[in-house]
Amino acid sequence: MNAEWRHLKELVAAVLKEAKAMGVDAAEVGIVHESGLSATVRMGVVETIEFNRDKTLGITVYRGTKKGSASTSDIHQDAIRTALEAACHIAEYTEEDPCAGLADKDLLAREIPDLDLYHPWALLPEEAVKWAKECEDSARGFDARITNSEGASVTSHIGYRVYGNTNGFLAAYPSSRHGISCTVIAKTEEGMQRDYEFTVARDPKDLESRTSIGQKAALRTLRRLGARKLKTREAPVIFEAQIAGSLLGSFIAAISGSNLYRKSSFLLDSLNQAVFPEFISIKEVPHLPKGLGSSPFDSEGVATRERNIVENGILKSYVLGSYSARKLGLQSTGNAGGVHNLMISHTNHDLPELLTEMGTGLLVTELIGQGVNIVTGDYSRGAAGFWVENGEIQYPVEEITIAGNLKEMFQRLVAIGDDVEHRSNILTGSIWVDKMTIAGD
Amino acid sequence: MSVLLSNLEIAQHTLLEPANLSEQKLQEVLGNVLGHAVDHADLYFQSARHESWVLEDGIIKEGSYNIDYGVGVRAISGEKTGFAYSDDIILPALEHAAKAARTIALQGGKNKIQAWNRVPATRLLYDTADPLKSLPDADKIALLRQCDQEARKADPRIQQVIVSLAGVHEIILIVASDGTFNADVRPLVRLGVSVIAEENGRREQASSGGGGRYNYTTFIEQGLGLAYAREAVRQAVVNLKAIPAPAGLMPVVLGPGWPGVLLHEAIGHGLEGDFNRKGSSAFSGKIGQSVASSLCTVVDDGTLEGRRGSLNIDDEGTPTQCTTLIENGILKGYLQDKLNARLMGTHSTGNGRRESYAHITMPRMTNTYLLPGKHMPEEIIASVDKGLYAVNFGGGQVDITSGKFVFSASEAYLIEKGKITHPVKGATLIGNGPEALKHVVMLGNDLKLDTGVGTCGKEGQSVPVGVGQPTLKIDQMTVGGTER
Repeated sequence: MNAEWRHLKELVAAVLKEAKAMGVDAAEVGIVHESGLSATVRMGVVETIEFNRDKTLGITVYRGTKKGSASTSDIHQDAIRTALEAACHIAEYTEEDPCAGLADKDLLAREIPDLDLYHPWALLPEEAVKWAKECEDSARGFDARITNSEGASVTSHIGYRVYGNTNGFLAAYPSSRHGISCTVIAKTEEGMQRDYEFTVARDPKDLESRTSIGQKAALRTLRRLGARKLKTREAPVIFEAQIAGSLLGSFIAAISGSNLYRKSSFLLDSLNQAVFPEFISIKEVPHLPKGLGSSPFDSEGVATRERNIVENGILKSYVLGSYSARKLGLQSTGNAGGVHNLMISHTNHDLPELLTEMGTGLLVTELIGQGVNIVTGDYSRGAAGFWVENGEIQYPVEEITIAGNLKEMFQRLVAIGDDVEHRSNILTGSIWVDKMTIAGD
Repeated sequence: MSVLLSNLEIAQHTLLEPANLSEQKLQEVLGNVLGHAVDHADLYFQSARHESWVLEDGIIKEGSYNIDYGVGVRAISGEKTGFAYSDDIILPALEHAAKAARTIALQGGKNKIQAWNRVPATRLLYDTADPLKSLPDADKIALLRQCDQEARKADPRIQQVIVSLAGVHEIILIVASDGTFNADVRPLVRLGVSVIAEENGRREQASSGGGGRYNYTTFIEQGLGLAYAREAVRQAVVNLKAIPAPAGLMPVVLGPGWPGVLLHEAIGHGLEGDFNRKGSSAFSGKIGQSVASSLCTVVDDGTLEGRRGSLNIDDEGTPTQCTTLIENGILKGYLQDKLNARLMGTHSTGNGRRESYAHITMPRMTNTYLLPGKHMPEEIIASVDKGLYAVNFGGGQVDITSGKFVFSASEAYLIEKGKITHPVKGATLIGNGPEALKHVVMLGNDLKLDTGVGTCGKEGQSVPVGVGQPTLKIDQMTVGGTER
């Protein structure tokens, strides 16, 4: 184990003890420690070598149900003491909130399964540079129209997370995350385009080859050359797998406790209602070995477990931490801090089959801007992609927006591809929505 | 008797003295970095204390206090940058980080450290006093409550109010091989009100807020907190009546102030020195060319007193300035930090910024705005037969290479026969940076800067910024609504 981590668990226990000694009724303490390296090569030469080393200690104390929080990057005794005193001081000003407090004792993780998340990589800076250079070279050498580059990067990070609370919970686990990415620019008389490709994994052995990443970055960039606008129209839209997860991210936001109890969601009171067509099921799989979103417990120590969120189109479960669960009169679902690996059922179509079945419509490969309103479901975002006719890509398009309402879009999903995106904690294939408004010329 | 300390004295006292770091020691550390083929090396010491308070459901629900403290070491050799940092400000950690940073250049070098050049601050754009201590905690709480009550009494349809107050006190010290020995003490406060209005089962959310490099008392003395509360309510209630937004190409009138996010996305990012040195921006090589209508003059000004985007010096110790980016439609200049300025054979414009000691410096905007024109705002609206009038926005984004940018309206209206008629739902507007401002056909005389809410993200780093503009008319722009 990393030498710097050895004492962090004892440190959390000591801080909890000190908090108790200061007279608080309950406390929770977490430490996240991360370190790593990233190297970027641009146009064949090193651009940056960056060494990261971050740690944060966070404390929350409760006086009755009054809460105060503090954090510090300095974990020496004096700084921790200052943070603890600050948290206690704040708890004198916050007010009684019957829903506040530690997670229910009987929901805390009793066992910490090994999810195979820790695979350190003894990557030297010069090796990282060599890999990045080979990646970028394969992109730049791919086609003469690739004239410029924003570089290729190789990154390797390891982290250690400790969490403890005064209900007797104290656990820690290490994890790692490594990646290779490449962004290149193609230029013709019509203008410039850039795009990127990446690979990310817990285990460096699972990374896609650097030359393959370079070639795919080149291909993705080249296919955008000559993009044009579309006339304003209504059409079916397929969201390519790489960006389709953002639609499901909005779905998760809409069924998250914090938005539900504030009545800031377009899916209020939707439990046991049909929110998707019948062919769609969504489950959370927090213990997926080597999963990018895997976690044995959530940010409050609650055990994470596999469960169905949507079954045959019916919403079966919200996404809750302890606080929002209590506000709604429900139990935590182990989602304080977010969801851990979502898997969406598919309809056994690969992307070419989806395009064939759609016939005419838009394939979206990039989305920009924030234009998603979780309160109303109104959706309007900038897009780039390809116009499809007769099931075949005709030409690239850009400078258009796609708009609709998420509640209706979810009800009107037509199919989901089997081209599952694995580089995210939302594991979905391409998503076909039957109709949206495309604004352009 | 109190003695007023200079920024440099405050920074030395806070950052160097506790660790017994003498100027001699810093010279040695920099000397070790420069002992390699390094052109430039710098050390960035920072202490930041941050607090926030949140009121929700009528009660003070949360408060937090955060301390962040550390030093970043950068070594530059040609276009190469080595970077490392430590969250301990002690000599061994500093030496370790320096050793890591210089791995960028392994061969021996002959560069020398320049003599320290202490430039006494000639102008101070903000007070050095700690904003966290500018108000007793009980008064901060009282301010949150007043905002909550103001929002609730403003309209019976308000169902939910969240008020948040945040403050940061940051002390930085920059020591560099070019002789820079400079410090800044930066306050930053922010107050925000977010509400949900409900009528006949329809719900709409809206928020308002502001802040700057001043202290909390400004919110009270100038009645800003209560004004933000009323403004959030006004927007939410307007949106309860909004009809679907139109889709397609049409004339767009943008209101003054925050809609200046247009400039930030369409122009600002594309003019940052790093993208132009690399030739990756849609504006690369366009200096001296027309990129906007002759009505448009755009500046980036870090020297406005008390503004959220303002800085006495940037994060490389260079005093900020007012840089003309576009003058009467012609592209004049880029925003530079030291690295990109040196490689492009020019000077830093004081736009070298970083999120913290743990982040690398890049050219970033400060306060970016468009200078006013001659028209009355009413004349501009009256000139449109059928179009969109957008007055409030959420965020935006740009692809600097293709130049395509978006920004999303949160309060907008239809203009029909020269009159503002129905409010419409939020919609994203999309355009092409080097083309969009060529379509600016009327410019108002009502220049306004935003209230101090902007945060700009670039390569994962967030920094506070400002934007501004007068009312303006773009004769055609794509509006991403749903109604054809």
